[in-house]
Amino acid sequence: MGFNKTLRPGLVQIRVLDLDKTLHFYKEILGLNEVCRSSDGLRVCLKAYDEFDHHSVTLRLASEAGLDYVAFKVNSPEELERIKDEVVAFGYRIDVIPPEYDQPGFGKRYAFTISTGHRFQIYSDVKLADQTPMIHNPDIWTEPPRGMRATRMDHFLLYGPNIAEAERFCKEVFGMYAPEVCNTVDGNRLAVWLTGSNKPHDLAFVEYPKPGKIHHLGFYLNDWTDIGNAADWIAVNRLKLDVGPTRHAITRGLTIYFWEPSGNRIEVYAGGYSAYPDHPQRVWDSDQLGRGLFYYSGEMVPSFLEIVT
Amino acid sequence: MRDTFVITLNAGQESFLCGEDDTVLAAMLRQRRGHLRCGCFGGGCGICKMRIVSGAYHQIKPMSRAHISEAEQAEGLALLCCIAPRGDMVLSRVDGNYE
Repeated sequence: MGFNKTLRPGLVQIRVLDLDKTLHFYKEILGLNEVCRSSDGLRVCLKAYDEFDHHSVTLRLASEAGLDYVAFKVNSPEELERIKDEVVAFGYRIDVIPPEYDQPGFGKRYAFTISTGHRFQIYSDVKLADQTPMIHNPDIWTEPPRGMRATRMDHFLLYGPNIAEAERFCKEVFGMYAPEVCNTVDGNRLAVWLTGSNKPHDLAFVEYPKPGKIHHLGFYLNDWTDIGNAADWIAVNRLKLDVGPTRHAITRGLTIYFWEPSGNRIEVYAGGYSAYPDHPQRVWDSDQLGRGLFYYSGEMVPSFLEIVT
Repeated sequence: MRDTFVITLNAGQESFLCGEDDTVLAAMLRQRRGHLRCGCFGGGCGICKMRIVSGAYHQIKPMSRAHISEAEQAEGLALLCCIAPRGDMVLSRVDGNYE
């Protein structure tokens, strides 16, 4: 549910070092469906079984791992133009990406770079997928979910400089709010969780000197049982586990973190509280962040904060 | 039968064995040598970067060019999660990669 102007993060393009091996992970282990490929064979578009739009994840073969861009769906073509004007008024330069340019099914997109060095895009029009969830007397799925049974691309955590400006941008231009924040002892923002809906986060930022980094891409699972199932798939396939299964106190999500074969960190996540824009903001002190992130052990895992792609 | 090689690091103070079909990083961690920080095991995060002082290796997966440029690789730097030995090897640390 979108309360505000920005419905959700709807598309990410991720760079991968080994397309075949990494695609196998996203399809057969994470459980996404392949939608289409670019004619040069260098990019593959995927979606989760419970998503309606054409696709939500594009893998691009590249010499570096990491994030190309994230794109947010807004709730109408009129809103798209209004938000575009607000992006310009905020001070960011806009590039126009024509319909069907390099993401099949997607209408016009506007692209810009925010203070943290990340490329953001916005769009309102995207075709429905050929295979969407059922809508008339619907069953829960049409084909049995595979592997970790990811239901949707859910959120991402981005690392970069000047997250205070990124937070202000997401609030003022995207109409988002911050259900939860973490501050350093001297009162500066260390991390912020932002949403335009009632998910506890659509995206999050951590302050970091290098621009444009991604910490993880998060996919939603149904419940704690599916988190355990995901852990089994990690073990059977010798994927490198980072943290979990555990619970976040921040967002209250049930979670497990690991790396896909090209070295991008993935989270599979279930639960989490329902956020509302009128609720008081939850505030964490940075010396309590270990407990905030890993509620059961209460201890920070150094690799978790320090390693980004 | 697979070959096993001796990997030496820290100017000869530590060594461990690594099979020809194993990554140097996996063998190092299993034998608790090196105290090297490790991350993704996929060549993407760059944390397991070390200098190959001597010894031949086989690269079994791509290394992110964000962390190992072609020039760096040519002068002997590598991500240990991406390489398997083809002979005895000597490694030395790169600043910032030890706990």
